[in-house]
Amino acid sequence: MEEIIQVDNLTKVFNKSLTAVDHVSFSVKEGEIFGFLGPNGAGKTTTINMLITVLKPTSGTATVCGHSIQKDANGVRNSIGVVPQEYTADEDLTGMENILLCADLYGIPRSESKKRAQELLELVELTKFADKRVQTYSGGMRRRLELACGLINRPRVLFLDEPTLGLDVQTRAATWSYIKRLKEQYNMTIFMTTHYLEEADNLCDRIAIIDHGKIIKLDSPDALKESIDGDILTVTTKEDDNDVSGLISKVPKVKEVKKQNSTYRVKVEKGEETAPLILNALMKNGVTITKLSLSKPTLDEVYLEYTGKTIREEEGTDMFRQRITLRRARH
Amino acid sequence: MTQENHNAKSMFHGFWALTNRDLKKWYKEPILLFMSIIQPVLWMGLFGRAMNIGAIFTNNNVPPEIANQLMIQTFGVGDYFSFMAVGMLSFVIVFTAMFSGMSIVWDRRLGFLNKALSTPVARGAIIMSKVLSAVVRSLIQAGIVIVLAWLLGMQFSSSFTVLHLLGTFAALFLMCLGLASLFIAIAIRSTRWETQMAVVNLLNLPLIFTSNALFPSNFMPDWLQTISRINPITYGTDAARQLLILSTIDTSKLIMDFAFLGGFALVFATAGIILSWKYLSK
Repeated sequence: MEEIIQVDNLTKVFNKSLTAVDHVSFSVKEGEIFGFLGPNGAGKTTTINMLITVLKPTSGTATVCGHSIQKDANGVRNSIGVVPQEYTADEDLTGMENILLCADLYGIPRSESKKRAQELLELVELTKFADKRVQTYSGGMRRRLELACGLINRPRVLFLDEPTLGLDVQTRAATWSYIKRLKEQYNMTIFMTTHYLEEADNLCDRIAIIDHGKIIKLDSPDALKESIDGDILTVTTKEDDNDVSGLISKVPKVKEVKKQNSTYRVKVEKGEETAPLILNALMKNGVTITKLSLSKPTLDEVYLEYTGKTIREEEGTDMFRQRITLRRARH
Repeated sequence: MTQENHNAKSMFHGFWALTNRDLKKWYKEPILLFMSIIQPVLWMGLFGRAMNIGAIFTNNNVPPEIANQLMIQTFGVGDYFSFMAVGMLSFVIVFTAMFSGMSIVWDRRLGFLNKALSTPVARGAIIMSKVLSAVVRSLIQAGIVIVLAWLLGMQFSSSFTVLHLLGTFAALFLMCLGLASLFIAIAIRSTRWETQMAVVNLLNLPLIFTSNALFPSNFMPDWLQTISRINPITYGTDAARQLLILSTIDTSKLIMDFAFLGGFALVFATAGIILSWKYLSK
């Protein structure tokens, strides 16, 4: 498959001190859904903003559809569609007016843009609301309108920045079915960011885990899960002052033990066979077990493994923007 | 169609679309128009009427002919109301131009600016569409203010024709073009509308008071006259005043007014476009 996005040592330093993206290199193949996964403030949006030519990189290069983001910005702009994190549609205008505005920004003549707008509104099931002001739209409807706007120029690559931020579970699922339908209809490559793990797991062909501006791991979701190399056994004991890590780690096929209060997170090979052995060892030593669970590695575990933390909500991003987005989503 | 031709056409396309977006938001909310008109009307109705300068002479038993002559020597016309009503045209333009910077801050905050920047629309078009929408809005408002001023008792000069009216709008157009470009350029990198609000609050009254909008500048102290001479509002107001209410037009002064306003508009509109190439994206 052809590589449609090529990123080489891309770096962005804000105010000469804050390195938001730190020598990132990767490539995206034509036709795949490529996901950037990471906590808020990890550098996901900054990377997207450089690729869509809104931010100038401090150093490094990238090409999108063969156009350099620095030397041929307009070439990039003409071949991509962007669905930003925020709801950018104008509240005072109708859905149709908003789509036509986007079309005008691409210089698409009216005769053509009207046809396309109707087709897209149909596809995201907003035809009935085309002439209603966006003010009256729900969060899911706004997201669909943004999607339609992002596709007006028939892009080869669609950039989705946190496409389901602030939506409830059902609306999120619905939004994804729209995105899948649009992808099939127009045969695009999708570059997306998210901090919902299950979203990345279900949708992406490949995922890059990014934190502190660096790509920590890049692979398919399945390969990432396999790379954990083992199952996770969580054991909670009654005695919280008595450390039994030593006991557990003596059991064969136990690879790693992490203690948190009276709970032990044990990485083991062949969980089903090893779990009884651990139980035996503990009970022989008079340790009372209150809780036990065995889990196959999920992306959560992968994430924890590579970033050393669970997905966190981080402050210091533009809280105002996020608040507005969330407020509109709940509308 | 050649590539260049197509580019030029699509550039205009995007420019007009963005301008129209701003104008639509404006005319769909008549309350906004009402609010921007009500302020100059209050100034005319309260300040213009309260400052009954002619009464200083009549109450002090100055003979009416001499009183009238003193008024004409000071204000160019026999009544202060007509003098300040023209100043209100500048007032409404200054306010509209100042607040136009605000809308680019909002576009940045709400993400629309990034969205527009990711499309091939010309960077200059993003800025100049804000300027043009401010110009259109303020000229319409100025038109309404002229009608209201006339209803409230402003006296047009005896030689007044439609041509004079067109000339007035040309002067106001240049003044607004320069001012709107200036304030949008100030707002171009700003992400905080509070900052922009502070700039507007700090500058609006000084800009008016250091011009001849409310009082003729040749009676001001020297240092204030100097400021008044570089304040574009002085020139816009003088041109409008000559064309609308003064019985005799000082042609050389009028040419000077237009020359200054033309230069002012050209410099700041160009600066706005150049800044938008450089600073719109970080």
